[in-house]
Amino acid sequence: MLKTTTLEAMLAAYPELAVSEFRGGTRVVAQRGKLFETLQWFLCQRGFDLLVDITCVDYLNYRDAKDRFGLVYLLASTETNERITIRVYLNEPELSVPSVVSLWEGANWMEREVFDMFGIVFDGHPDLRRILMPDEFTAYPLRKDYPLQGRGERHNFPVLRRNQA
Amino acid sequence: MAPTAAPTFQTHDLAHDEPVDYIWTLNFGPQHPATHTTLRLVLKLDGERVVDAMPDIGYLHSGFEKIGEHLDYNQYVTVTDRMNYISPMANNIAWHGAVEKLLGMELPPRAKYIRTILAELARISDHLLCNGAVGLDTGAFTFFLYGFYQREVLYDIFETLCGARFTNSYTRVGGVSQDFTPLVIEKIRTFLKTFPKTLEDMERLLNRNRIFVDRTKGVGVLTKEEATNRSATGPIARASGVTRDLRKDEPYLAYADMDFKVCCMKSGDCFARYLVRMAEMRESLKIVAQALENLPSGPVNVGQDERTALPDKGLVYRSIEGAIAHFELTMTNRGFETPHEECYSAIEAPNGELGFYLAGDGTDVAYRARCRPPSYIHFAIFPHLIRGHTLSDVVAVLGSLNVIAAELDR
Amino acid sequence: MALELPENVVVSKLDSLANWCRKNSLWPMPFATACCGIELMATGASKHDLARFGAEVFRFSPRQCDLMIVAGRVVMKMLPVLQRIWQQMHEPKWCISMGACASTGGVFDTYSVVQGIDRFIPVDMYIPGCPPRPEQLIQAIIDLQDKIQNEGTITGEEFELKSRQATKRALIELPVIQTPVHLLR
Repeated sequence: MLKTTTLEAMLAAYPELAVSEFRGGTRVVAQRGKLFETLQWFLCQRGFDLLVDITCVDYLNYRDAKDRFGLVYLLASTETNERITIRVYLNEPELSVPSVVSLWEGANWMEREVFDMFGIVFDGHPDLRRILMPDEFTAYPLRKDYPLQGRGERHNFPVLRRNQA
Repeated sequence: MAPTAAPTFQTHDLAHDEPVDYIWTLNFGPQHPATHTTLRLVLKLDGERVVDAMPDIGYLHSGFEKIGEHLDYNQYVTVTDRMNYISPMANNIAWHGAVEKLLGMELPPRAKYIRTILAELARISDHLLCNGAVGLDTGAFTFFLYGFYQREVLYDIFETLCGARFTNSYTRVGGVSQDFTPLVIEKIRTFLKTFPKTLEDMERLLNRNRIFVDRTKGVGVLTKEEATNRSATGPIARASGVTRDLRKDEPYLAYADMDFKVCCMKSGDCFARYLVRMAEMRESLKIVAQALENLPSGPVNVGQDERTALPDKGLVYRSIEGAIAHFELTMTNRGFETPHEECYSAIEAPNGELGFYLAGDGTDVAYRARCRPPSYIHFAIFPHLIRGHTLSDVVAVLGSLNVIAAELDR
Repeated sequence: MALELPENVVVSKLDSLANWCRKNSLWPMPFATACCGIELMATGASKHDLARFGAEVFRFSPRQCDLMIVAGRVVMKMLPVLQRIWQQMHEPKWCISMGACASTGGVFDTYSVVQGIDRFIPVDMYIPGCPPRPEQLIQAIIDLQDKIQNEGTITGEEFELKSRQATKRALIELPVIQTPVHLLR
């Protein structure tokens, strides 16, 4: 739950943010250019010290979707137990946002996973490379245009017979 | 024991410095007994001291989130079982908690209490295995066997309840698959009576054991600020002094009615994490006892008229209405009507905050089913914890983080 | 030619003696990747006690083992490791594929999961179940012991050991698992 004081302070500082409510959770849509600044404001001014998760949604087949990717930052405060969801929409070919590893160390692997699964680049990330898939893998598996069974990568290995070992 | 508290080795910025010839590289895993399952570490060693550790994961990445976009809300629960297979009940409850939040569904009180009891039993079984594995890795095999014997008792309870030992798939959208039978309640009561004695025995075995304390105290220290900054949650954050516990802070299910303490320590080392887990098991027992005492009567599923919960099997086989309701829910494109919305819901799983970020698109299949896995986030802290310690401490720190590979890679 | 033998002497084939020795001292190599590994641990722990069947000496070094139990799903990144470990084990050796995931991929029909390890390494025994109960694993080990007793030969002809050349060629052809360059920096 978000306190009303936080909400008022946020709207005073960033009036352009689009706020919505769903089942008790407050969501905010930030502009791509102001994302880092907004996140920094939440960390430094309002004490949202816990970055719960960074994830992404591919809106390729989503009804009424205008943008391709929605990047989601889930923040929480360990002091006041507030939660807020900050979203930013991205479109090809500008699939890059500033990295927030300088704010939260915990963002390191979360950003790497989003890069691995969706191909979104985090500028300024200290070590941005694939984390779950093998290095030689080329596709981004969680994009909606990638099939569930893959494109045959999983069976591309040599076969060992009884007499070969 | 090292004579000085502060490590005396020289640090190197490995990314930029010239390679130093006495620093050597050791490959640890992916198939190694102390990694418990499958994860790989590349360690930079200066003699026996770890200068740096580089985790390499993904050896069990099976595309859970992609499957979540192809199975409906009731089917996907079987896949969450295989996520953190040490405490699958907690995963089931987290998944369906998120689905019910998306659908805006309020559970009947009995279902809430049943889920609370099972979540706490899952916490006990998780902590038993985690602490047992720490003991195993630091040389206390008996401790592990004590823990595993009690896990068998819990398996027996789960099996009586739903027929599977640990891949339970017990919850359903809007309730649970089976109600408690008197036999289950009796078995849980017996467990509540017998388990504290084993817990005392286990504490007597290790709490003052010289070898164990020497190997874990002061090893892998995580301070409070670092714990929050690196997104640690659960027992690991609480061992560092973060008082966050979702059961208290955002009471879900029936936790608001329960009287229990949040167990915290300040030192943040492996020993503190072990103690926090031991203490949490006692608190879990208290919660289970209270919930069992006050278990409300009534249905375990939301009303059937709403056509959201799967009907009882007896109804399906013996009445036409039940068969139709079951058929409507399981047919493709006839099941749930979800809002075009996204929501995040989390529970305090044994390992930390386990949450699901769900995007609904009107059908009965999630558009996006993101899991926030505590193991993944905790394993990212590992290189920070191990720097400066010896090679033998690697297993103690790994064990105390309780990294479950299937949840790590998903 | 009548030969008087004492009562404690048994006449048998050398093959059968070798098989009898092999089957009663299986040393499993637990290749436990996922949930089935927990049931594997439960099988070794006190309640089910695999020691009753002479197969409790779990060794984590492939060089010391002769029975690989693949417990859990094997994914793209793990398969080269599995093949490497299979090659490192000494003859005679056997493989049990434990659980639905190792045998067929199970519920994980996804881009990264190998749909059955028998596509890439030889498997002697499959155990169904997700995960199989400890009793099923014990039954599989008993069945494997029967198989070893009935089919094995002392020279290992069933493994086609004479084709040494093929072995060497396979070793050369298999890709060596290399540490990625960025990890070696």
